[in-house]
Amino acid sequence: MNNDWSFGSLADPLQHQQPVNVEGQNATVLIRQLEMMLRIRMAERCLANGKRDGLIGGPVHLGVGQEAIAVGVAAELRKTDRVFGTHRSHAHVLSLGADLRRLFSEILGRDTGLSRGMGGSMHLWDQQNGFYGSVPIVSATIPLAVGAALAAKLQCSGDIGVVYFGDGAVEEGVFHESLNLARMLKAPVLFVVENNLFASHMHISLRQPKEATSRFAAANDIPYVLVDGNDVVQVRLAAAKLIVAARTCNGPGFLEAVTYRWYGHVDWREDIDVGVNRSIDDVTLWHKRDPIARLIAGLEGAGLFDLERLKEMEHKVAKEIEVAWNMAMSDPFPTPLALISRVYAEGGKSE
Amino acid sequence: MLTHYNYGTAMLAAFGYLLEKYPDVFVIGQGVWSPWYVGNSMTNLEKRFGVDRVIDTPVAESACTGVAVGAALAGMKPIVVHPRMDFMLYAMDAIVNQAAKWSHMMGGQSSPGLTIRSIINRGGEQGAQHSQALHAWFAHVPGLRVVMPATVADARDLLIASVLCPSPVLFIDDRWLYALEDDLPPIIERDLSLERPLCLTKGADITIVASGYSTQLALDTAKELALQEMNAEVIDLRVLNPFYPELIAESVAKTGRLLVIDGGWKSCGMAGEVIASVTERVPVGAFRKPPVRVTLPDAPAPTSVVLETAYYPSNDLILKTAKDLLK
Repeated sequence: MNNDWSFGSLADPLQHQQPVNVEGQNATVLIRQLEMMLRIRMAERCLANGKRDGLIGGPVHLGVGQEAIAVGVAAELRKTDRVFGTHRSHAHVLSLGADLRRLFSEILGRDTGLSRGMGGSMHLWDQQNGFYGSVPIVSATIPLAVGAALAAKLQCSGDIGVVYFGDGAVEEGVFHESLNLARMLKAPVLFVVENNLFASHMHISLRQPKEATSRFAAANDIPYVLVDGNDVVQVRLAAAKLIVAARTCNGPGFLEAVTYRWYGHVDWREDIDVGVNRSIDDVTLWHKRDPIARLIAGLEGAGLFDLERLKEMEHKVAKEIEVAWNMAMSDPFPTPLALISRVYAEGGKSE
Repeated sequence: MLTHYNYGTAMLAAFGYLLEKYPDVFVIGQGVWSPWYVGNSMTNLEKRFGVDRVIDTPVAESACTGVAVGAALAGMKPIVVHPRMDFMLYAMDAIVNQAAKWSHMMGGQSSPGLTIRSIINRGGEQGAQHSQALHAWFAHVPGLRVVMPATVADARDLLIASVLCPSPVLFIDDRWLYALEDDLPPIIERDLSLERPLCLTKGADITIVASGYSTQLALDTAKELALQEMNAEVIDLRVLNPFYPELIAESVAKTGRLLVIDGGWKSCGMAGEVIASVTERVPVGAFRKPPVRVTLPDAPAPTSVVLETAYYPSNDLILKTAKDLLK
């Protein structure tokens, strides 16, 4: 990166199209990561179609094209870490091992869903896998993750807080308060910015004077790494470095991963008609920087994977998704009692 | 055995009890190391329990409250302190969008059991942004328990109950009450979800309802009325949300007269909620006189001493209002 906080080639879809460098990496782990990225992508394609076909009621914010970030970070996490998400968190929760059927059930408003049908796509919860929750208020989970990290420090558990957010979230005041506070309290938290250059329809050049949000980490004396977010190996290596430091209670780390979302802000459309500085040419070019295709190419080049195995994998995941979706579609809805009984932890008001 | 406290030291005793007994309790907020911010309610806690558990913070109301929400989700029992309610408005997202809604949004599987202590600190010509009593706003929000202690006993015991409660609680104390004294029995841990409005004086002539500092005004009024052989039944709300108006309705069914004193504004305020809830519950014709509320005028707090004196309801005004109702 240039020292003027511009991304240079990292924001250029014509660059960084080369196969992922898998040298020195564990092949089994990489193949498992590939399968997870495929699962996330195919699940989101399924959701896009479900929304388009009117089977899903609420909004779905899809992260197709961004899968490498969640999968790369998750590789360095424990089940007891405390991960928080955003409105666009299907990848985050799935990468931690969430059950596909329960994710689909949630989005379909069913009682068997991750949040028991009370949250939909934007309020996901899977704490047994380390996912403490996602919400759609931009930047709201940032201080929550700092708090969960502070709790880990007070509990001497060696766990960390992790929070995913987008480049739009750094425009909120609480982001800045949270970075300062995390640094001053030495909270073991990893801030992960998925910088996809857009907040809703607005390109970052129309919202901020510089592209790199890691400038705020530097301003708060927090170690940061800037990576190509479409390279799962690079993401993992960067996360590993920052997480080791956080776990040993040296305070927060800041990972900025540059990426691009293929769909528009919400639902299945590409938003080339409503986006400011977003064109079909850009979308098409970014398809060539596909994190999945690049990982496959890297594995193939190293002789660790071939087209036949890819077909098998795709078939297996497609079947998994079909089964999960069909089960979710026939799952029961919450009973009307749920409207009141879940307001307070102790149960409803006894009236 | 009884122990002598004032309202401030009663809270100090509650903090000491909680920090001593529960390792998962910690305190975070602006000014918690300074009597300038928190009076005598937190004296030397950081020396007794360490600065890692009693954390004075940067000027960041929003992040501090969010941090407490997140820590609560991770199994702690945090108390976040806002030395004035006005400053807490920066934290509205953490309180209203996150803490209050979390249990419902996540299907009742997770609940941030934090306590948000917010201090009403008015008077002294501080003006519009250092004086607000916004309990009614927060009592409007499902999922947020709102507690207003009016007595020394409640200052201690409801603070403990709030911190031990698995739901988010807004605990609102009032600096005008800190000198109030009482002798209390040993601490008993209470279940906040079972706490209800409490009848502080029995009487058959008029029902006076209040919360926080206004409850002391109500008790003063009841004393004056008793000298003139009129008996007021004073009911202290204590927990404003969820609100249980049954006791008040029973009282009004007996007295036929309802006076509500509230330290907030009139429009869409707590006094209006009390009157509406009672009206829904008493038989037609139960009121001998229309119910009356004494509140702040619908204006921000002024600074000039003359205006400030006129702003806050006086004992004289409340007594006159009560006597008019009793005519």
